[in-house]
Amino acid sequence: MGSAIEVHGLVKRYDGLAAVAGIDFEVPAGTVFAFLGPNGAGKTTTVEILEGLRRRTEGSVVVLGLDPWADGATLHRRIGVIPQDFHFFEKITPKEAIEYYRSLFGSDADPGRLLAQVELLDKSGARFDTLSGGQKQKLGLALALANDPEVCFLDEPTTGLDPHARRAIWSVIRSLRQDGRTVFLTTHYLEEAQLLADRVAIIHRGRIIASGTPDQIIRAHGRPARLRVAGPPGLADLLAKELGVRARFEDGRIEVDLADKRDALRILGAIERSGLPWDSFTTHEDTLEDVFVRMVGRMDDGALKSEVPS
Amino acid sequence: MKPSRIGADFRIVYRSYSRNPVALFFSLIFPIILIGLFGLIFSSIGSTSATLVVLNEDHNSHDSQRFLSALNNTSLVSIKLESVAPADFATWLGQNDYSAGMIIPAGFQGNASNNTTTNLTLFVNPQDSATEGEVLTAVQGVAAAFNLEAKCGGATNCTPVIALAPLRNVGSQVYTYIDYLIPGLIGFSILTSPMFSLVDVSSSYRKEGIFRQLSLTPLTRAEWLTARVVWYVMLTFAAAGIMIGTGVYGFGAHVTLTLGMIPFLVVGPFFFVSLGMLCGTVSKTPEAAALIGNIVTFPMMFLSGTFFQVSSFPPDLAAVAHALPLYYVIDGMNQVMLFQNSTRAFTDFLVVLVASVVVFVLAVRLFQWRDER
Ligand SMILES: Nc1ncnc2c1ncn2[C@@H]1O[C@H](COP(=O)(O)OP(=O)(O)OP(=O)(O)O)[C@@H](O)[C@H]1O
Ligand SMILES: [Mg+2]
Repeated sequence: MGSAIEVHGLVKRYDGLAAVAGIDFEVPAGTVFAFLGPNGAGKTTTVEILEGLRRRTEGSVVVLGLDPWADGATLHRRIGVIPQDFHFFEKITPKEAIEYYRSLFGSDADPGRLLAQVELLDKSGARFDTLSGGQKQKLGLALALANDPEVCFLDEPTTGLDPHARRAIWSVIRSLRQDGRTVFLTTHYLEEAQLLADRVAIIHRGRIIASGTPDQIIRAHGRPARLRVAGPPGLADLLAKELGVRARFEDGRIEVDLADKRDALRILGAIERSGLPWDSFTTHEDTLEDVFVRMVGRMDDGALKSEVPS
Repeated sequence: MKPSRIGADFRIVYRSYSRNPVALFFSLIFPIILIGLFGLIFSSIGSTSATLVVLNEDHNSHDSQRFLSALNNTSLVSIKLESVAPADFATWLGQNDYSAGMIIPAGFQGNASNNTTTNLTLFVNPQDSATEGEVLTAVQGVAAAFNLEAKCGGATNCTPVIALAPLRNVGSQVYTYIDYLIPGLIGFSILTSPMFSLVDVSSSYRKEGIFRQLSLTPLTRAEWLTARVVWYVMLTFAAAGIMIGTGVYGFGAHVTLTLGMIPFLVVGPFFFVSLGMLCGTVSKTPEAAALIGNIVTFPMMFLSGTFFQVSSFPPDLAAVAHALPLYYVIDGMNQVMLFQNSTRAFTDFLVVLVASVVVFVLAVRLFQWRDER
């Protein structure tokens, strides 16, 4: 299966500021790609370059074999887009909006079915300016699907949605993938990326600092798994002395790094033998969120340090 | 250009508009209020000019000159000499909005020396009784003085050298302020409702990202603008109907309803939709757009013959009026609705049509769905 999106050496400068500072990635057709990054990282800038809404400064961008800026008109018939702050005609209802798109694209989208899919059927006759933020976002998604697109660009589609609505959007994204469509998703919600995406790239200050499947990223950048046991501080000293492991006491709990799954058995055995009181235990692995927060935090610290004159 | 897409966008315009009471008020109700207001204020005033237009067929003869300067000295009338005789002086006067005219026939001087009577023909507008009174007083007074001077002094049955032919009326029909007000105010609404709305829409849609949203669809800029032109043409027909109805039944205006109005009701909105789009496009923010829109609109609102006749303007101001596109829309409608002068109407129409095509093309070219961010 070929690539739906190919980006090489992409740079976007706004007088002086490099919002995107040389990034490369590929999105295989039929997969979900999540673009993660803190505020101002360059996500929207990148997506809009891919959609042909912004002009790139340098580098090459190919979407469905087309140059998005030069071949916008052709490309736009084949992609669906939700912009980050989606707006529409104030006095128009969701049903009318979808009928409008259907006529413009000459597609046979069924307003009822699309609105049901994004769980907006109950508001199909309400004017846009009376919709809530989340409802507007859902209409944006429905419109993005109105032309039966091969690639969907969703810029923070679930920001501001309640947990239920967010799950509805997730299931739409899953069904898009099942239909064989490619999805390019930006999000701040790490669990969302972990749940939905085949591949993830973390962008920070215009550069990709990690990419791969969520598991690959966690393995490459996450901390080792940890065992947590509720118990007294003495227990930590005992484990360190007896087993030679790194054990920390914090908030009434002892945390021990696990180099191997079997370490857990040795440690629990030692605890039991010690005769010290202990309570519930859990094992803990880094989520994408932990990795993200630590990597971004570390980079920001590093950047701050390098600004100190030597 | 694809009709189905224009149709789809037209439905959006129509719905947005018809669900917006303020916009509807300004397009349909406001013109009625204006007609009512101006009609009430000015219906008592007839046509405005107190000028006496003189056709001197006794080319510059000494006596005719003397007669005219005597008339001028009365300071009741100001004389405007017309050298070329129009085919039908009465109609010509009406078309040019003059309320009074006079013909001094050839042989005036010769008759005077032969003691033969010359008949002066006066044209007046019975609805403009003020001017009529002044002109009659002045002409009768000066004629009497001439008759006295020409040997009639003392003699009992002398032949007067000057007599007045029966009064004739100006024009084939007599127009009052309210008659002019109807084409004027139709022009006013052709100007204001598309201009204000397009300036606003073009800048706020850009700010809200609606244009970028539309750029992701097959709709083209020309189609988008065309849908709006179609909508405003329809709105203009409705507004014109309402205004003509109010003027005719409310204020006794007489205008001719002819098919000749249609080109102006089409090309007028075409021009101002494009111009409004252009103003919104060249400005960076909605505030700047509103400012530019107002700068462009306000002179036209008052100087194009909307409320005041351009023919009553001083020459400098009239020159300015002739540079304003709305002048040609209103003048054209005056020609078809009042004077039945289709040649001049056709010229007016061509001027507006050419200007519209230029502005439409310019607006479509300069207007970008996506700004080059
Ligand atoms: N039109 C513009 N002119 C100047 N600078 C811009 C412009 N658009 C974006 N930037 C800058 O580029 C950087 C990246 O912005 P971008 O919108 O791509 O971030 P983002 O990752 O989408 O952030 P968020 O999560 O807040 O949406 C920011 O520092 C922003 O200030
Ligand atoms: Mg963004």
